[in-house]
Amino acid sequence: MRILMSNQFRTTNSIGLINKNKILNFTFNGESFQGYEGDTLASALIANGVHLVGRSFKYHRPRGFLGAGVEEPNAMVQLHEGNRSEPNIIATEVELVEGLVANSQNCWPSVKFDIGEINNLLNRFFPAGFYYKTFMWPKSFWYKIYEPIIRKAAGMGIAPLSPDPDRYEHNYEHCDVLVVGSGPSGLASALAAAKNGARVILAEDKAHFGGSLLSDEVTIGNMSGREWASDVISQLKNLPNVTVKNRSQVFGYYDHNMTVMFERVSDHIENPNQYTPRQRLHYIRAGEVIVSTGSIERPISFGNNDRPGILLASAANEYMKVYETLVGKKPIIFTNNDTAYSAAIEFLKNDITPIILDTRDNSNGELVKEVQNLGVKIRFNSGIADTKGHLKIKSATIGKLDSDKENFISYEEVECDCICMSGGWTPTVHLSSQAGNKLKFKEEIDAYVPDQKRQKETAIGAANGSYTLDQSLAEGFQVGFELSNKFTSNNSKTDTPISNEPSQESHEKLWCMPLPDGKKPKRFIDFQNDVAVSDVELALREGFRSIEHVKRYTTLGMAGDQGKTSNLNGLQYVSKIEKKIVPEVGHTTFRPPYTPVTIGTIVGREVGNHYLPTRKSPIHKWHEENNAVFVAAGLWVRPRYYPRGNETMNDAVNREAANVRKNVGICDVTTLGKIDIKGPDAPEFLNRIYTNAWLKLPVGKARYGVMLREDGMVMDDGTTSRISDNHFHMTTTTAQAANVLSHLEYYLQVVWPELEVNVLSSTEQFAGVAVAGPKSRELLSKMFPSDDLSNEGLPFMGLLDTKLGNIPARIYRISFSGELAYEVNVESDYGLHLWKKIMEVGSDFGVQPYGTEALSTLRIEMGHVAGPELDGRSIPFDVGLNGMVSQKKDFIGKRSLSKDAFVAEDRQTIVGLVPVDKKSKIPEGSHIVANDKAPTPIPKLGHVSSSCWSVEYNNPFSIAIMKDGKKQIGKTLFAVSPLKDISIPVEVVSSHYVDPKGERVRS
Amino acid sequence: MLEIRCPHCGKRSQNEFSYGGDGNVKRPALGEEINTKDWDDFVYFRDNPRGKHTELWHHTSGCRQWFKASRDTATHEIFATCKMNEDFNE
Repeated sequence: MRILMSNQFRTTNSIGLINKNKILNFTFNGESFQGYEGDTLASALIANGVHLVGRSFKYHRPRGFLGAGVEEPNAMVQLHEGNRSEPNIIATEVELVEGLVANSQNCWPSVKFDIGEINNLLNRFFPAGFYYKTFMWPKSFWYKIYEPIIRKAAGMGIAPLSPDPDRYEHNYEHCDVLVVGSGPSGLASALAAAKNGARVILAEDKAHFGGSLLSDEVTIGNMSGREWASDVISQLKNLPNVTVKNRSQVFGYYDHNMTVMFERVSDHIENPNQYTPRQRLHYIRAGEVIVSTGSIERPISFGNNDRPGILLASAANEYMKVYETLVGKKPIIFTNNDTAYSAAIEFLKNDITPIILDTRDNSNGELVKEVQNLGVKIRFNSGIADTKGHLKIKSATIGKLDSDKENFISYEEVECDCICMSGGWTPTVHLSSQAGNKLKFKEEIDAYVPDQKRQKETAIGAANGSYTLDQSLAEGFQVGFELSNKFTSNNSKTDTPISNEPSQESHEKLWCMPLPDGKKPKRFIDFQNDVAVSDVELALREGFRSIEHVKRYTTLGMAGDQGKTSNLNGLQYVSKIEKKIVPEVGHTTFRPPYTPVTIGTIVGREVGNHYLPTRKSPIHKWHEENNAVFVAAGLWVRPRYYPRGNETMNDAVNREAANVRKNVGICDVTTLGKIDIKGPDAPEFLNRIYTNAWLKLPVGKARYGVMLREDGMVMDDGTTSRISDNHFHMTTTTAQAANVLSHLEYYLQVVWPELEVNVLSSTEQFAGVAVAGPKSRELLSKMFPSDDLSNEGLPFMGLLDTKLGNIPARIYRISFSGELAYEVNVESDYGLHLWKKIMEVGSDFGVQPYGTEALSTLRIEMGHVAGPELDGRSIPFDVGLNGMVSQKKDFIGKRSLSKDAFVAEDRQTIVGLVPVDKKSKIPEGSHIVANDKAPTPIPKLGHVSSSCWSVEYNNPFSIAIMKDGKKQIGKTLFAVSPLKDISIPVEVVSSHYVDPKGERVRS
Repeated sequence: MLEIRCPHCGKRSQNEFSYGGDGNVKRPALGEEINTKDWDDFVYFRDNPRGKHTELWHHTSGCRQWFKASRDTATHEIFATCKMNEDFNE
């Protein structure tokens, strides 16, 4: 039955761009329909008599199609199912494919019967600012009652819960001239620029090129507009310097002529190739941008002007001419200008006689004359007062207007199944405005047009307010030539062809009909956000004057459609009530994206492992094979611990750390930043960078160094060794490696360019393995039998160049764990070999690998500071590094250290904390207070920076930074974590909890 | 996204660069006696002009050179860039 009845709303001719020989099946709200190849979801639904597509945002009123393209505010649908499901898709922009599944959104239980429609009956309780006014009191109700209910009722489509299976790509392009929009002016400018030899990209949002030429009855040269468009496109496609892109929307215009465009690559293909991206995001850096985005028709506000079946006249015309679809068979055409008569003529060609209402007194335009010559009576001085029909328009109350058009003087009820309205045209200035163009109001067309440009952007054609074909073509050819001439020396100009189109008379400045006598139906301005004339009136009555405030209070133009059909009508109405001219009211800001863009497209390939680069040490494979649990350290992936059997993390960490204290452990420290420093002034440079003295460091020795920022805060620490007179090897923390390199480069290139020093990152050139523990010397002595690794041969802070077999290796005697320890470096490619060799030789000594957790435990116990202490808020004194600060020389940040606050008597400093019960673990970030029962606010003495389980003493231990810390040692205080509702009595001890004299590292 | 001409490499997109602050700041010489106010001015205080501004940029994902740029802070127009040891040729 449904199949027999399908496509009953098609035109009788076949002038469109659909292929009636190819039938496509699709479902909407579970019902099966058929359309044709070339249809949009919108045209196919309309052809099947379906106008009801969704429910409005606020009042849940039944809504249908208003437009035929990107301007559509109502017809948003949920497309596809499962993990491909996508909300808020504009049905007019969806090309029909076999098997397409679409559903209405913002309605429950169904689009035909929606519970939320009660909002409409209660609409007088939902004025503008309703939410601001109503849900203020009592305050405690917001989170538990108001917000959950509002959230459930509001919102448009539903986001899928599983990952998007489709592929999206990003593409970077450059061109001399980017032309946005392929209407007459766009085609003309692209052709002129291309023939002059410029590199051109032409972008068209729709599947077909041509814009208004697809539906306007015009001639260019000796061709119809449509023929000319396809002729130009085939010329452009044959030029090697041109890229033409259909289904491509330029939606953002950013600084320095960076535009962003998304391309629907395979949405319209039934079974796309697996590796074809679904959509592509193009970043186009254009020398010049030509904005030929055309114009969008304005609706008219009248009573209940939002019923399904009420749409723009241009949309009705496009549905007939491009998609061979009739929006209705009993049409009313309602207009304040000549353009709507094109739709009237097309209806007449299909043997349908529309009722035509024109607010003007008269018009002598050629289209109007043509309609009159076809024997149709035009009702001038007339308008629509109200409409009827719940799920679809059924009838309209039309009437005669009085002379000042403020009232109806007579009424008549007429049946209809569609209303095609036209309030004139608005230039699509979004991109120009995004580019920073200061718009000006053009009186003749009652709209804003681009004026003072800030970037290399030129609007032409209808987007520039030039509504005639002659003007559009002339501007296109002229601008295309002039701009391309900036890039080529061809000076080759293309002639503008002669064109012909019906003459038109001007529109009437009337966009809002009076209310019918004794009734107050809603007259909508913004369809997507349900903003009616009465809401704007209310906002003004309540004292909102700035158009930006009216916009935010009423939400006019704030929906996903960016007010494409509503902004100017809103402005016009405000200016009418305020008795100001529109330019005094001003306009709101246009912001990207021009049309909604799928998040998948913006993200592109940067998903999963491609989200960020992953840095792995050359030993990574071994860690994986040996059950390491990994942790991210910046971009690096490091072993956190190596659990055995059923060990918990705590078990494993304690075992690994204890084994370092007892036997020997090895840790992959490849991630530490390494910087190669060379040049005759290298010692002087280090002397300025670090707080301690560097001029006399002997070759073959390492030294611990601390560097500050100019504000005196510790920036980083690490050991730096002197390889030869003019050659140093610096190490930094893993996290700060990149910042330290930039810091060094800054001082060498900007502040002290006279220093002869070069710095280069060598982090990835070397693999590093820390060998720590009392048995580390024995282990390495066995590995390097010909070297003297005794305390005299290689003392603490010494280094040794040697060989592991044939491989060059460097052994540093440095320690982070506080134990007798070494760090062995080899070139990265030998890292895995080195590690395996140590594990093999070390088996006699009980060697075990240890991860970052045990590394932390070992350094915390020793009171060694790291990232949590060096958090950018601590000076050397605070973290017990005052001994590192030279009094004899100047260095970066030194002057700051003598500031009053930094030398205060009770300055914060580092201490250790042990819980009194020797059991309770102290959460990092806890606050230290003297009396946890004191009335709030309790004065805070400091905070816990690092916590561990001490494997030496078998109880928890923490490091804290505390006011007047050294004087607190021996006291019992409280570590409190109000978020976790924890208060732990703690004893303050020295931060050097294990081996306070530092004997082990020197043993 | 700005397009910046590195004086060593040529035009590149902004994502290759890091902003490096006010290019007019001159660090006091090492060892120089300096009162707290002057030091604080150097460390903390910067002019925040609307319009033309000399600033430093670092070609972090390129040649790793610091260089000077003359940029309009309101419109983002870059009038000129030059090497550290050069002056703008505007």
